[in-house]
Amino acid sequence: MGERIKEKLEILADAAKYDVSCSSSGSNRKNKEKGLGNTGAGICHTYTEDGRCVSLLKILLTNHCIYDCAYCVSRKSNDIKRAAFTVQEVVDLTINFYRRNYIEGLFLSSGIFKNADFTMERLVQVAKKLRQEHNFNGYIHLKTIPAASPELIHEAGLYADRLSINLEIPTDSGLKLLAPEKNRGDMIQPMTYLKDQLVKTKEEKKIFKSTPHFAPAGQSTQMIIGATGETDKQIITAANYFYQKFNMKRVYYSGYVPISYDKRLPAIGTEVPTARENRLYQSDWLMRFYGFQANEIVNDAHPLLDLDIDPKLSWALRNMDRFPIDINKDDYQLILRVPGIGVGSAQKIIAARRFGPLNLDHLKKIGVAVNRAKYFIVCKGFMQIYADKRSDIIKSYILNTSKSKYLSTGNQQLQLF
Amino acid sequence: MQHVDMYYDGTWSGLLTTIFEIFEYKVFPITLRNSKERQQGMFQTEHEVLTQQGKADRVMNGLIAKVGKKGYAELWHTYLSELPEAPLLVVRVASYYFNDARNVRSNFAHDHILQLKKIIKSVSRERHRMKAFTRFQLLADGMYVAVIEPDFNVLPLIQKHFQDRYADQRWLIFDVKRHYGLFYDGHVTSEVTIDHTSTIANATLVDLHDQQEELYADLWKRYFKSVNIKERRNMKLHLQHVPRRYWKYLHEKSFGMEI
Repeated sequence: MGERIKEKLEILADAAKYDVSCSSSGSNRKNKEKGLGNTGAGICHTYTEDGRCVSLLKILLTNHCIYDCAYCVSRKSNDIKRAAFTVQEVVDLTINFYRRNYIEGLFLSSGIFKNADFTMERLVQVAKKLRQEHNFNGYIHLKTIPAASPELIHEAGLYADRLSINLEIPTDSGLKLLAPEKNRGDMIQPMTYLKDQLVKTKEEKKIFKSTPHFAPAGQSTQMIIGATGETDKQIITAANYFYQKFNMKRVYYSGYVPISYDKRLPAIGTEVPTARENRLYQSDWLMRFYGFQANEIVNDAHPLLDLDIDPKLSWALRNMDRFPIDINKDDYQLILRVPGIGVGSAQKIIAARRFGPLNLDHLKKIGVAVNRAKYFIVCKGFMQIYADKRSDIIKSYILNTSKSKYLSTGNQQLQLF
Repeated sequence: MQHVDMYYDGTWSGLLTTIFEIFEYKVFPITLRNSKERQQGMFQTEHEVLTQQGKADRVMNGLIAKVGKKGYAELWHTYLSELPEAPLLVVRVASYYFNDARNVRSNFAHDHILQLKKIIKSVSRERHRMKAFTRFQLLADGMYVAVIEPDFNVLPLIQKHFQDRYADQRWLIFDVKRHYGLFYDGHVTSEVTIDHTSTIANATLVDLHDQQEELYADLWKRYFKSVNIKERRNMKLHLQHVPRRYWKYLHEKSFGMEI
């Protein structure tokens, strides 16, 4: 028994690892009646050697699958070891890992066996058992199986903190090419249902405090990056659409890890596009926390993100007429636009300048990256001496004084040619 | 205002009493040290604080009125860092709070406030790490035990978290560096100490393990290896998030052994 469960765990964790999401925050579930667990701001209990956070027990219920999506390691035609957990095995693993403080909860996904509803029903059973039989109040993230019935999705929402359906390929044409058996409509339909339910629950909670939880941490989705020839503009526009239209809590970007000799995909050995992935996350942050519009980051004139500089600096260099920003006078939203000033520093600037005007030294101490910010600001004792400089000159100044951690090796390779 | 070398008993109440006496006696510390370090001989420029709960409470209430519960907690967290410069910094910042008519807690351009915020950030990071890296082992008698060795004295700061989370299991978290722990018996949490000659270590806990403990520790290690994506290996980032000094208490790092 012990040996088999170990092997199953290895197979089904390995198959689940390409799902990036590991978030355990955003829920508000408290420990009730002296039960087990609660949710909070999210905790990463460890980090794997690839530097990724491990917050949840992230596994597939099974990697048997009736589909043959080219980008997926569990595709039907792939010659790999297959395994399946029983509902009870997943429950026992979750409880025992949780009690030892290894994890914040469970992230359960699955290959599709028999059909969508049959699979979804098993996922819901696990969550239901954890909540009802074990009074488990830790975090549960369930994958919603495309084309599962609304009744099952509703039930999933009653037990899970977060639900997600992966878009997988950002463009419809890419999806048709790599997963001809799947269709976008089957993914969109449950997203729409979830969005409506989430809005409804929120409204009802305002009137009846006792309204039962419905996926309090909302829904999220994931796109694979670099498997098909999509542009950054297509990716960011798609992400923006799903944030706006479906109130997504998060859109995740997963750099494609080559796992197949299929000619439709990048060959095995192709480097994972981690730098591009990083730039996409930076763009995502700009939209969610910095008040940027998608078309300010990428547009028809600028469809690809720069790899050598971050998207905020890139925007600033394309919009030099908006600068300089006055640190001691301008609004928070404008200060946020300055390269080298993050949300934390911007808030500190607003708080500290009430006590007196700030100079460059203050900014440095507050945590501003002054070597970037200085081209875009004025403050006490500092005039804008770079105002008439061209943006390409400023860019080269900045690149000479800083180095992207993602590109340090990539740059050296490029210089060989 | 006379500048003096000050001594206190090293406790939080003692530090609050110190703040009270600065205003009471119109003195200000050049140095602030533990009374145990006090040399023979009484000099004019020395002032020893004797802890009085009444004075400490008045300072606590005064600080809360001035800079709020959060502002008060920040000073306490700074004290818990146990850094040599922390007590004097707490006194300096507290008197800055009392002497300024405004609420200056968010004056991030002020040197002492900046220094304080930096320490608070480190303490808060360590608190968060202990919420993350504390690993319980199940003993045969049904108790869950964890051994920790935090950089700062953060055990008081994680009590509520573990109490709320593991309300239905008995647990003990023991700080081997400071020789004390928190024990939750299923109802209340209390502080426990053991005598200085003995200690609790992972090696001695093994004999007391529940029969399933090894299975789950092994499953966790296998899980940890299986979710890693080799093509994305990034040891620099890994070490940044899981610094080596914590490895000896983490199963997945095989309790400190190189994998």
